[in-house]
Amino acid sequence: MSGPSTYEPKYAAERWLDKRLPIVRFGVDFMAFPSPRNLNYWYAFGGILTLCLMSQIITGIILAMHYTPDVNLAFDSVQRIRRDVQFGWLIQPMHAVGASMFFLAVYVHMFRGMYYGSYKNPRELLWIIGCLIYLVMMATGFLGYTLPWGQMSFWGATVITGFFGAIPVVGESLQQWLLGGYSVGNPTLQRFFSLHYLLPFVIVALVALHVWAVHHVGQNNPIGIDPKTKEDTLPFHPFYTMKDAFAIGVFMMIFALFVFYLPDALGHADNYQKADPLKTPPEIVPEWYFLPFYAILRAVPDKLLGVILMFAAIAILFILPWLDTAKVRSMRFRPVTRWFFIIFILAGFILGWCGARAPDDVAIPIGEGGLTFKWLSRIATFYYFAYFIPILPIMGWIEKTKPVPDSITKAVLSGDA
Amino acid sequence: MSETDQLDAHLDENGEPTRRDFIYIATATVAAVGAASVAWPLVAQMGAANDTLAAGSIEIDLSKVEEGQQLKVLYRGKPVFVRYRTAKEIMEADTVEMNDLPDPETDDARLVANPQGALNTQYLVMIGVCTHFGCIPVGEAGDFDGWYCPCHGSHYDTSGRIRKGPAPLNMVIPEYKYLSDTIIKVG
Ligand code: HEM
Ligand code: FES
Repeated sequence: MSGPSTYEPKYAAERWLDKRLPIVRFGVDFMAFPSPRNLNYWYAFGGILTLCLMSQIITGIILAMHYTPDVNLAFDSVQRIRRDVQFGWLIQPMHAVGASMFFLAVYVHMFRGMYYGSYKNPRELLWIIGCLIYLVMMATGFLGYTLPWGQMSFWGATVITGFFGAIPVVGESLQQWLLGGYSVGNPTLQRFFSLHYLLPFVIVALVALHVWAVHHVGQNNPIGIDPKTKEDTLPFHPFYTMKDAFAIGVFMMIFALFVFYLPDALGHADNYQKADPLKTPPEIVPEWYFLPFYAILRAVPDKLLGVILMFAAIAILFILPWLDTAKVRSMRFRPVTRWFFIIFILAGFILGWCGARAPDDVAIPIGEGGLTFKWLSRIATFYYFAYFIPILPIMGWIEKTKPVPDSITKAVLSGDA
Repeated sequence: MSETDQLDAHLDENGEPTRRDFIYIATATVAAVGAASVAWPLVAQMGAANDTLAAGSIEIDLSKVEEGQQLKVLYRGKPVFVRYRTAKEIMEADTVEMNDLPDPETDDARLVANPQGALNTQYLVMIGVCTHFGCIPVGEAGDFDGWYCPCHGSHYDTSGRIRKGPAPLNMVIPEYKYLSDTIIKVG
């Protein structure tokens, strides 16, 4: 897809450089990258994610200048950042809210890929690298959330490291190795800080591979057919740089709304209490972006099975390219599977809702005693997995898809792209 | 011999592997052992440090707990519960059918003998950590009058045994012994 280079050095200095290190050529070709001409705003989330990653790294490095990873000082050092450090009131919420915005964007980006079939041949590896990024992001978000050392930080860390304790035989030693002691304590906080600093740079490296892969195989598009002629594409700059810039502007307005007016709306009040190893808060809830997985964990009464299912819910994403057997990429041309996909998103939201509530409370007052969150999460967990196996493989074989346009240009001109 | 198979095994005139092969394999083996012996400390450093391991033992004065009360003491970063159980609680703990227990254990098996060799059935000493994912259960709560873990809803009875919910095991009894009639040493 990348095509032959179109860069022609104009000046002697450029020619000199180009012969020794073709870095300008690389940049020019990068910006001229031919993109399908029918990309919609769902395709702006790649750019939005890049912005989020940069924002997290810049604000994070600044926070690290003022933060102290010690169980006696961490909580107060974060409060001090918010109250006393110049512009700390701005930078700390940019980082904390930024994590939420990052996850919001990554979920949209992933659902976009699932809807338009962007994980299919030849983009399987691109999809897998994306799943890896998501996995490392989750680790980073979890590690970061422990750093302010509030009640939720402490007990979240206790519960999550407890997952490893569920592994038979080696579980307990593994958990102690992760914690550096018998329970979450100072050694834990210090290593979590060190790793929280490291992982974002691992993400940067993975993003580089991800973008390389996109440039190698080309972008997918809402109708899921390959560009065939030059007419089907537009150069990335200025067409999509401008479109992305507009989307980023809108996204930043939402981001700013939270940072300035609702900096704590996405957090939990209990995290304004310093960690107390003697007292568990009445209810432990993870950050919103982990809620669906938390609900899956709690849906099963067995400890080990719960942990296995939760990890399976993420692992199954990696093999999605081989579960979906359909030849047609975009859900636009898959009238039935499209609905299964919409229900899948709904199941995701329901799981998130269940994860935030006590398992034995009534979710929907139907039947005798009503449907509890535990049962609701069981139904949604069942559907979550059923979507991948067997719905996708079977639908790929039996569904009669709608006719796919001949070319992107034709579809654009007739108004159905 | 082409360029590419220089590293493959070759045989000399007698059909034996060459001396060069031996040197290759020996070198690679030394490198692998060297890499592994450097990697091990890098991994092992994350385990509990010696001062953490040596966090030793604590003594608890049982006479400080009144009937129906519970003392929480921090031991190795985890709370130890010392509960002075009421007669009703002891009775409940004793009269459970073993078949009703997911992790069968008699109440007596969860106590330690005092210097006279008898059991002080009123004092229950255990690590107050839920065996599910490590939250601290709330006392005098749940369906069995014992403890209730708010995290994912595990119910423990008056002996700290798991009765209902996702936790798989009874709360752990730490290693402890009576130093005198009222002082115990944990650890
Ligand atoms: C992938 C990008 C990142 C994500 C998703 C992320 C996420 C988080 C989260 C959720 C928190 C807790 C905020 C709170 O609830 O108050 C946090 C805190 C923190 N992060 Fe990051 N982070 C990222 C990158 C970085 C980087 C590159 C650094 C650089 C050292 C950093 C340094 C810190 C520090 C010092 C804190 C503690 C202060 C605080 O709580 O605000 N983070 N991070
Ligand atoms: S930690 Fe106690 S029920 Fe999960």
